[in-house]
Amino acid sequence: MLAYLIRRLFAAAVMLVVIIMVVFGIFFLVPKWAGVDIAASFVGKQADPAAVEAVREKLGLSDPVHLQAWEFFKGIFAGRTFATGGDVVHCSAPCFGYSFKSEQAVWPVLTDRFPVTLGLALGAAVLWLVFGVAAGVLSALKRGSLWDRSAMVVALAGVSLPIYFTGMLSLATFAFGLKWFDAQYVPLGQSLGGWFGGMILPWITLAFLYAAMYARITRATMMEVLGEDYIRTARAKGLRERTVIGKHAMRSTMTPILTMLGMDLGALIGGAILTESTFNLPGLGQAVLNAIRNQDLPIILGVVLITSLSVLLANLVVDVLYAVIDPRVRLT
Amino acid sequence: MTAPLHEPTAEAAPSAIEEAAAVGGNAKPVQGRSLGRIAWERLKRDRLALTGGAVILALTLIALLAPVISNLVGQDPDAYHEDMIDALFGTPKGSLGGINGDHLLGVEPVNGRDIFARILYGARISLLVGFLSALVAVVLGTVFGILAGFFGGWVDAAISRVMDGLLAFPQLLFIIALVSVMPSDMLGMTGSSVRVFVMILVIGFFGWPYIGRVVRGQTLSLREREYVEAARSLGAGRFHILFKELLPNLVAPIVVYTTMMIPTNILTEAALSFLGVGVKPPTASWGQMLSNAIDYYDSDPTYMVVPGVAIFITVLAFNLFGDGVRDALDPKGSR
Repeated sequence: MLAYLIRRLFAAAVMLVVIIMVVFGIFFLVPKWAGVDIAASFVGKQADPAAVEAVREKLGLSDPVHLQAWEFFKGIFAGRTFATGGDVVHCSAPCFGYSFKSEQAVWPVLTDRFPVTLGLALGAAVLWLVFGVAAGVLSALKRGSLWDRSAMVVALAGVSLPIYFTGMLSLATFAFGLKWFDAQYVPLGQSLGGWFGGMILPWITLAFLYAAMYARITRATMMEVLGEDYIRTARAKGLRERTVIGKHAMRSTMTPILTMLGMDLGALIGGAILTESTFNLPGLGQAVLNAIRNQDLPIILGVVLITSLSVLLANLVVDVLYAVIDPRVRLT
Repeated sequence: MTAPLHEPTAEAAPSAIEEAAAVGGNAKPVQGRSLGRIAWERLKRDRLALTGGAVILALTLIALLAPVISNLVGQDPDAYHEDMIDALFGTPKGSLGGINGDHLLGVEPVNGRDIFARILYGARISLLVGFLSALVAVVLGTVFGILAGFFGGWVDAAISRVMDGLLAFPQLLFIIALVSVMPSDMLGMTGSSVRVFVMILVIGFFGWPYIGRVVRGQTLSLREREYVEAARSLGAGRFHILFKELLPNLVAPIVVYTTMMIPTNILTEAALSFLGVGVKPPTASWGQMLSNAIDYYDSDPTYMVVPGVAIFITVLAFNLFGDGVRDALDPKGSR
């Protein structure tokens, strides 16, 4: 188990280095091939040539890419100082870059916005796991029943609706029409009730989409598992149906669900871009979207790294959980 | 967002052979039928899937004939109708977002462009990106999947690692990042056509591992079959075995995963345009209409509902059709 963990952590670290390289490639090489001046895009559209030149020098943009990537990597642990002549900007460790457009270091932006996104993703995940998996299991057990057919119609509609459209519909209906909820984000530290009230609609909207996907997958997996020999054996030896379903069938049904959960949760924690922009939540997704609109590359880079990291970690946790849940899986 | 993870469902049911015999009728002697024929017979009996297919066909026609249809109703997607707009609020005059005999689905707030005409033109972008990016994914996924499965060894290891890596990437974020760093003019194209071209390539690129993994898995099991052995012993070359012997047997999973992928791609295009990194104005796109409508969800709900429903119907039709194709091609399926 320990050896497995160490190997996986090592693989995750390698993957992260690969991702840093790819991200650097995307932001520094692709524009170069395409003939776009990166320094200019760091400064702004109407920048004067002197400012562009200053940024180019500060960021070492004329250096080879691997040197730039190394500087970036070093900055995470040691901090960085960008200096041209008398103009000095210090970015203390952990330095994930410095945004010259908004004149702030990237790391504080990330830590400010992370709790919002984390709260959104975790709250929604609880909802969609409970409702999606329950609906899927019930459908599989009562296959062809009225419940099964209506649940699957709703699920099919759920996966066919763009999330920002359901979000806008729920805003128009519940926040503007019925005035049940306030569509206003309140930080958790400020007021627990206010935070909860502001998050209910985003949670439900996000959870609806994922619950629909999970219900479909759970139903299909559960039906497949119920046809397995070991389920017949469990029934044949006289176990109660509740034990057969709840213990024997559920365990292997949950394996693919967990895989999905790892990927989905990891990606959401790195920024639920569509949900955050629909509900105007100040999370990582909104930060990256604003950064993209302003062509603020250092912030995009920081968020991409955080997202990749959370996807990798979530996948690792899921793989360890496999061994706990599914008795057929042994980690070696 | 999660990409298509739909596994073909295995349903405990009478085998295809028994079923084929039953359908063959009592009076007529049992005839051998090809797998494609069996699948088609099953698909023909799946009314939901047929409805989905009919809607897809209709949407394709609408997209192809968008200029003709908008001419017929006498509306240009880019023409302003400021006389339709309430000067004080900027919202359309009249009820339901300005729906009347001229403007079948109302007009946009502020500039009064005809929503019906813009929906027609938006269908072109949605379907173009949806189909072509799936094509890119299928070509890449099939080629790399079949190579990985057939040659094994380091070829397989390398391709599999790349696929795993791509699947672990936060895709929407990378797609947004890639689309946004692309220049606004390239290869002699400008404006929206660049964006459409880039979206097709990028969405297709992030989609190929889904097909690649399935093709690889199938190839692994198929290459050990007797008929491949037979072809090899008759002196067939690698190229012949790959493309004449293996590929025809991979068509079913490829078709299933392609039909599953198109609706996801359509949603991704809409999301990109919604976020402002898709097609550029004034080109009409459903996602972009929704993103403009977000400021008017209380004062002009029609503007939001029309493109939302358009996306919904399109994606639903593809999903229904995809589910039907999957069930029809599933050798274990009963329907």
